[in-house]
Amino acid sequence: MAETGYALEARGIVKIFGNHVALDKVDFGLRPGEVHALLGENGAGKSTLIKILTGAYQPTLGDVIVDGAPVTLNNPQHAQTYGIGTVYQEVNLLPNRSVAENLYLGHQPTWFGFVDRRKMERDARTVLARYGLDIDPSSELGAHSVAVQQIVAIARAVELSGKVLILDEPTASLDRNEVERLFDIIRDLKAQGLAVVFITHFLDQVFAIADRVTILRNGKLIDTKSLDNLTRTDVVRLMLGKDIAFSGATQLEENRPLGEVLLDFKGYGKKRSVMPFNLTIHKGEVVGVAGLLGSGRTEMARIMFGADSADEGTVSVAGKPTSISKPTDAIAHGFGFCPEDRKAEGIFGDLSVRENIVIALQGKLGWFSALTRDEQMEIAGRYGESMDIRAASLDMPIKLLSGGNQQKAILSRWLATDPTFLILDEPTRGIDVGAHAEIVRTINRLRDEGLALVVISSELDEVVAYSSRIVVMRDRELVAELNGENINPGVIVQAIANHKDGVQA
Amino acid sequence: MIRRSLLKLANPQLLALIGVLLINWLLFPNFFRVTWQDGRFFGSLIDVLNRGAPVAILAVGMVGVIATKGVDLSVGAVMAVAGAVAATMVVAGYPAPIAVVAALVVGLLCGLWNGILVAILDIQPIIATLVLMVAGRGIAQLITEGFIVTFTDPVLIYIGTGSFLGFPMAAVIALVLMIIVTLVVRRTAIGLFIEAVGVNRAAASLAGIRSRMLLLLVYSLSGLCAAIAGIIVAGDIRGADANNAGLWLELDAILAVVIGGTSLLGGRFSVPLAVVGALIIQAMNTGILVSGFPPEFNLIVKAGLIFIVLVIQSPLASRLAPPRIKPVAKAAAK
Repeated sequence: MAETGYALEARGIVKIFGNHVALDKVDFGLRPGEVHALLGENGAGKSTLIKILTGAYQPTLGDVIVDGAPVTLNNPQHAQTYGIGTVYQEVNLLPNRSVAENLYLGHQPTWFGFVDRRKMERDARTVLARYGLDIDPSSELGAHSVAVQQIVAIARAVELSGKVLILDEPTASLDRNEVERLFDIIRDLKAQGLAVVFITHFLDQVFAIADRVTILRNGKLIDTKSLDNLTRTDVVRLMLGKDIAFSGATQLEENRPLGEVLLDFKGYGKKRSVMPFNLTIHKGEVVGVAGLLGSGRTEMARIMFGADSADEGTVSVAGKPTSISKPTDAIAHGFGFCPEDRKAEGIFGDLSVRENIVIALQGKLGWFSALTRDEQMEIAGRYGESMDIRAASLDMPIKLLSGGNQQKAILSRWLATDPTFLILDEPTRGIDVGAHAEIVRTINRLRDEGLALVVISSELDEVVAYSSRIVVMRDRELVAELNGENINPGVIVQAIANHKDGVQA
Repeated sequence: MIRRSLLKLANPQLLALIGVLLINWLLFPNFFRVTWQDGRFFGSLIDVLNRGAPVAILAVGMVGVIATKGVDLSVGAVMAVAGAVAATMVVAGYPAPIAVVAALVVGLLCGLWNGILVAILDIQPIIATLVLMVAGRGIAQLITEGFIVTFTDPVLIYIGTGSFLGFPMAAVIALVLMIIVTLVVRRTAIGLFIEAVGVNRAAASLAGIRSRMLLLLVYSLSGLCAAIAGIIVAGDIRGADANNAGLWLELDAILAVVIGGTSLLGGRFSVPLAVVGALIIQAMNTGILVSGFPPEFNLIVKAGLIFIVLVIQSPLASRLAPPRIKPVAKAAAK
């Protein structure tokens, strides 16, 4: 084996869970003194690869190589002895212990078997100073901001490991200044010769800090490249796969006269979640929302529906200013929302298909005007038929249905409330081809019936096919609104990557 | 139609109750003998109804709480508080109806307190209701000033020991309460909403269900039921015993609800079956008593029953038993 110069290397990694191949012959090499971004959509295998590199999982096949020698990493503690440290998105330190204790937990300096608190706090102060933190080491960790906690976690990982630092979405809950501060620290560590793996959904940050990038898709290695020769568009295209970019195959719906304005969001946003955005939605149009995972698409949907309440901006419905701070407000205005995570937020698994369909209508009617069983059967049967829900019986628990039929039932739940505005978050994710077609057909039908819809989807071909307009989210910001007939997935990809070279068209 | 309602009767809880009663009959041949004396029925079977009533009433309140994925540990202590309020008030010379209403209001407020902790402050139910479980007995002791307050008020004693159409008053109250609560939750949408919140609170909130109001309601009902049980127990012993009234009965009530088929993970629930669960527990207690076994067996048998019920509800059992309806693809309405 040739000397590769890698501090940490994974070669031909295969990881199989049951009959699902999570990683398929993935190679990954990490040089000392580089920041290496690891990119991929959800389910691409990023976290599986990280868990193998830190010893949390064992690879089914392939080798993990540290300084040229294959090793077996039994667990994260064991990986630390090889110099590999990890910091996760959710800081997993002890918020109710002191900063110094968190830095040295399990490795406290001792004096005749007792923890030498003085020395520990003195050492902690020196270490923290290196990271530009001037805080009292005896103060409680939980009293500090997430950014400071994050830095303490990094300091601990570097002190204990010192060769490789893996950062799993460290910036997800930081604001811009805090991110800058973190990046300064990462640059320092890089200058000291540390190898840093950086996982994030924010492309801007990748280009700001990383030297090389490795892209995974569906468990396969797509490429490892130096960022010097890449544009944002290249990276997005590699992540999303399918050489759809610039194919020009599908076109937006032809421009039709717009209906009346139904909704008008002005400067609507929520701190640490979505930057303020302006969006006007007309009756009889589908506004497609494109953007990478973590770009703020779902967060935007949630504040529109009142599932999270916006802390700035205004909204008016049919010209009248109003406030939408909880889902019942939104539903009273005729809104409906199919969430992205169907299982966790959509279905009531143990309840029947019938109950799942009528629940939002019943919620609107209130406690005391209960639908009778026959009325419920009639409503559920009507939508079961028109949406082609395939179930042996409408009285069976919905959890026994396939994902596509569950999705059709949730859509039926909102249609039963006779809505004027529907928000669909990834309505076609993880469902079979037949149900997929049915949902796309329904979206088109509802638009023609005069409903306003916002549809979030990662399937660019699909968004283009049914949208009247497309807004693009990037880094929690609505960065572009695409109109006109010359729009194709390629332009969207460019807009996702960097609107500056895409939108003027 | 008739066949369907017959099938509905053949559920595991009723079969278990019949089983326990038959075992009691084998151990004690006079078990099913009911006699008429002084204008009321007497016999072991009547005893099961009478003694089982307090736990059955607690179970009527508890089942809604558990269906929302919660639990109410305070009901035993609330019984003591309600008993103390009713007893001290009649002793102080207030008319019995006012004392009873006051005790019910206090119980309702205790439940509301739990509901606020759970629904508004988002405290885990087991901890939230533990507060009142501990504090409630203290409050009851403060009300009774540390004594067992005895009374001779005929109305209160009638509630605890009287009879109506020959049946024990306590059992009649439990039956009426069960019917009212069942009708209210099933004839309105409240039952469906309770199940929805218990199955998936996140989805319920997105579907526009006011889950906070609902939680306030179920915990208040549980407090109210506990107060009713507390008044009955006080009337039965003609006194309020702050230390012992309702002691550990919260556990019996939880057990009754679980035997009645409501999972501690929330969701589907049945008020009548929770009452049947309470009767199963009481039938075992009475059976052990009348058959001459030492009462220590009671706890062992109860523990064994809990174990069996939990095993039946465990994920392992549902894996072993095939689902009754298979997810066959078939057009819904054709």
